[in-house]
Amino acid sequence: MARMKFLCDADRCIDCNACVTACKNENEVPWGINRRRVVTINDGKPGERSVSMACMHCTDAPCAAVCPVTCIYPTEDGIVLHSKDLCIGCGYCFYACPFGAPQYPKVGNFGSRGKMDKCTYCAGGGGPEAPGSAEEFEKYGSNRFGEGKLPLCAEMCSTKSLLAGDGDIIAQIYKERVLKRGYGSGAWGWMTAYHQGIEV
Amino acid sequence: MTLARIRLATLIVMLLGLVVCGPTIAQKLDPDGAPNPTASVTSERDLFKQVPRIEGRIDIPDTKAHVLIQPVGRTWDYFHEVLLHWGGAIVLVGTIALLGLAYLIIGQIKIAAGRSGLKILRFKAFERFSHWLTAVSFVLLGLTGLNITFGKILLLPVVGPDTFSDVSEAAKYVHNFISFSFIVGLVLITVIFFRDNLPERVDIEWLREGGGFIKNKHAPAGRFNLGEKLVYWLSLAAGIAVSVSGLLLLFPFYETNIAEMQLAQGVHAVVAILFVALILCHIYIGTLGMEGAFEAMGSGEVDLNWAKDHHDLWLAQQLAKEKRQGEPSATPAE
Repeated sequence: MARMKFLCDADRCIDCNACVTACKNENEVPWGINRRRVVTINDGKPGERSVSMACMHCTDAPCAAVCPVTCIYPTEDGIVLHSKDLCIGCGYCFYACPFGAPQYPKVGNFGSRGKMDKCTYCAGGGGPEAPGSAEEFEKYGSNRFGEGKLPLCAEMCSTKSLLAGDGDIIAQIYKERVLKRGYGSGAWGWMTAYHQGIEV
Repeated sequence: MTLARIRLATLIVMLLGLVVCGPTIAQKLDPDGAPNPTASVTSERDLFKQVPRIEGRIDIPDTKAHVLIQPVGRTWDYFHEVLLHWGGAIVLVGTIALLGLAYLIIGQIKIAAGRSGLKILRFKAFERFSHWLTAVSFVLLGLTGLNITFGKILLLPVVGPDTFSDVSEAAKYVHNFISFSFIVGLVLITVIFFRDNLPERVDIEWLREGGGFIKNKHAPAGRFNLGEKLVYWLSLAAGIAVSVSGLLLLFPFYETNIAEMQLAQGVHAVVAILFVALILCHIYIGTLGMEGAFEAMGSGEVDLNWAKDHHDLWLAQQLAKEKRQGEPSATPAE
């Protein structure tokens, strides 16, 4: 069984935000919700790196653990999905998430933030809707994964910085790149998300 | 003239800026003078040695999105799912067990001389209103708050996910809005009972005499004894802590970052559990634990002999005051 992961090779990311745009378009997410974002570290200084970040679909996902209504769960491919029918919009998943992935449609005073939304690995939703149905698309966005495709953000990455796929395979690709070019800033977030880095 | 000055000033500021920024731009160079991308690369591992969370620049207006990785989220998860669950369960079940044990061993503290049939006003209507406003708010807040922490363990398996989700969402809004009536009640209680809860010399005497829990010993007290004063001051402290942390949680990320939100939630949860334990003791002594205590907050009037037992100095004061006013010392019970 594959274990789906994301890997952003920050040494190749050029902060073009195509992944962000691809995600927004593919899933038709509303204004204010950013399932994926690009953060630039050491902006304007030597050693500047940009990292594309979304839900990392963690091992032992902390969001799922803290959810008071247990609406978040991992699929058999390690993709972390949630049910918007059960979500009560308490905001705890955002406090637990190491990557700032959970998003809410409203500002959120007095607990009125609405149902949580986050990256689904383009694998539809964790609710009762039929996979690939219009109802599922309306709530959660695209279900490319059900068609045997990878998330569009990684598929559209112009420099092939953002990798999606089975963890072992993308780790191997990254390792080979680092060996060939002689440097690498690391697999950002892997230690936190999967309890393992990529040693080269 | 002025334009030239501004230009000069700008130049100086820019030069100063370069000097300040200089040390941070420590670009590693190869022997031939070209920048070496390997050496000057920013690695995640090195960054985490310097900072607890990695932050950067972001193009979107959502300011909290500039935090790239905050591994503390996992720590907060551990706090919330392990420490809080176990600690909270031990504190609350332990408190209830201790109170049950106290009831079995000490039993209900009776009025020593039995009821006199005479009543004296202990709490005025407005004082009782303030108490019950806070009390009802507290019970609602406590139950809905405990549901967020323990509901998925206790209630979810019983009612099923759909019902539990509906109940929890309603409970969330009840919790968020009842909080304001709790704060109003807390302010009222604090102001009304402030003077009578200041420490007095008689408190030491009260403690020395076993606080009224030992038979054949009389613990003297004014309007409030040391136990009640402790409830007052601890409730005030806990009330302020849950109110401030609660308001931060009601307005997430206004003046707080992710670490402060986690801290606010942690303080809110821990203090609230201790607060519930304290109030469980308060409820016990006001109902099951002592004969004649509840009516003080119920009808507002207590039996004269109850007052003699537990608040003799206050009773003497009240009787003296009434005598001065030429009124009957106590009204017979109807």
